[in-house]
Amino acid sequence: MAGILSITGLGKRYASGLVALEDVNLEIQKGEIVALLGPNGAGKTTLISIVCGIVSGTSGTVLVDGHDIVRDYRASRALIGLVPQELHTDMFETVWATLNFSRGLFGKAPDAAHLEKVLRDLSLWEKRHDKIMTLSGGMKRRVLIAKALAHEPRLLFLDEPTAGVDVELRRDMWALVRRLRESGVTIILTTHYIEEAEEMADRIGVIAKGKLIVVEEKAKLMRQLGKKQLTIHLMSPLAQLPEALSAWNLTLKSEGRDLEYTFDGHEEKSGIPELLRKLAELGLEFNDLQTRQSTLEDIFVSLVHRKP
Amino acid sequence: MNHHAVYAIFRFELARFGRTLWTSLATPVITTSLYFVVFGAAIGPRMTGMGDVPYGAFIVPGLIMLAIFTESLNNASFGIYLPKFTGTIYELLSAPVSPFEIVLAYVGAAATKSVILGLVILATANFFVPIRVEHPVWMFAFLVLVATTFCLFGFILGIWAKSFEQLSFIPMLVVTPLTFLGGAFYSIDMLPPAWRTFSLFNPIVYLINGFRWTFYGTSDVPVEASFGATLAFFAICLVVVAWIFRTGYRLKN
Ligand SMILES: Nc1ncnc2c1ncn2[C@@H]1O[C@H](COP(=O)(O)OP(=O)(O)OP(=O)(O)O)[C@@H](O)[C@H]1O
Ligand SMILES: [Mg+2]
Repeated sequence: MAGILSITGLGKRYASGLVALEDVNLEIQKGEIVALLGPNGAGKTTLISIVCGIVSGTSGTVLVDGHDIVRDYRASRALIGLVPQELHTDMFETVWATLNFSRGLFGKAPDAAHLEKVLRDLSLWEKRHDKIMTLSGGMKRRVLIAKALAHEPRLLFLDEPTAGVDVELRRDMWALVRRLRESGVTIILTTHYIEEAEEMADRIGVIAKGKLIVVEEKAKLMRQLGKKQLTIHLMSPLAQLPEALSAWNLTLKSEGRDLEYTFDGHEEKSGIPELLRKLAELGLEFNDLQTRQSTLEDIFVSLVHRKP
Repeated sequence: MNHHAVYAIFRFELARFGRTLWTSLATPVITTSLYFVVFGAAIGPRMTGMGDVPYGAFIVPGLIMLAIFTESLNNASFGIYLPKFTGTIYELLSAPVSPFEIVLAYVGAAATKSVILGLVILATANFFVPIRVEHPVWMFAFLVLVATTFCLFGFILGIWAKSFEQLSFIPMLVVTPLTFLGGAFYSIDMLPPAWRTFSLFNPIVYLINGFRWTFYGTSDVPVEASFGATLAFFAICLVVVAWIFRTGYRLKN
């Protein structure tokens, strides 16, 4: 089955000569939630902008539900909703007017009931007659989300939807995203809050320097790349690691008080019992043990800094 | 054809005009009245050489054209420059609309406003001097064509401009002088021969004289040349707009 979004060999070089994307390949199925992570300037917004038609790609093809975004732009764009990263709004318009405009622009007949539902979902209904410039930053972002939903898109791009949004609203937004997914909408979001990706996404893609370095199911990514760590708190500090312990992947931390052992979480043998026996043999006493699973954040950082 | 989109943009633009309705109508009406006081009442009686048309009536078509030129350029260029400036253009670029639909909606809305304005000025002028329109259908057609052409031109300016200064640069430095030298307030037959010949290279002369012909049946240049020049200008603007959308010039990276 063809996915709702299919990107092949996509590249982008800006007029300045800067290569923002290089040979990006990505296949997304209907109803998925995919989070794109990547440092500032990695190319996330560029990728989204090309799919939406705001930026022209230099090479490669993009299909939205089988429609080429260049040759068949009407069909592809009608399916897409975009919430941009920047707060671009028509300051002098009312919320209601701007929503009606968006719906019409995407070729849909007016539907007050749908717009009312969208506004209520985003707690904006009371503000519908207000001019956008009188709204707070978080409300403006919600107006942008409402605009993107006004024409009932099947593929929704959220470019950092929760930047500058308070905790409660962020929870509301996550709930909204889940409801949208239940109604069959595919969602691609970018975020710098890793816990958000962890909480929301089915799959996670990591972009660094214009390259999509991984796209993987969240659980699998955590399993494959996740490490476990055992911290052993020693009674008396060590000046250096004893030769006898070189078989384990150990580092000394906290001025020699902590021994940190990093191991693969899904290996058959962790090597812990042997290590502990060895410590006893060497007469190294300890008073505390702690294990920790590496978070998505650790994985992300190690991926982004990994040399190609 | 995405007619919902065309209608949405058209309505949106007219609503924008509606918010500034009084200022945008009052300014040209007051300006026109001032022209009448100065040129019509004070200088007019001393002016001859316009055939049997009184001077006050003679300048009406030129005044309307002057207002149409500036208002069309301002409105149409601002209409497309504003979303570029605020960033809301992202929505237009990502919408399932064709370049033709975008131009139709933006230029159509701006031209509608210009035509209404032209008619309001005509009505105002009628307070000061009795005006006859010999060819009303041609008059209206000409008004629509010139308004549309200058709105297209304005649309191009709005896309080209990178700042508010650039936005007002062309109207101020090119169009206003050409209009004043284009025979809005005099017949080019009144000029010395050298200047007369020189004037014939000014496209505005053809626009103003064509429009004046629809009122009084007289013109300094052949009417066919007037209509030809207007259509040619219109065609040039269309070609430029088509090129802009094909290349994404200053719209897309
Ligand atoms: N219009 C442009 N012209 C030239 N270079 C650009 C343009 N837009 C973006 N870039 C460059 O392309 C690269 C990718 O930018 P992009 O906005 O896609 O990054 P991003 O991953 O969205 O970053 P962030 O997390 O900060 O939003 C950056 O180096 C940026 O400077
Ligand atoms: Mg970005």
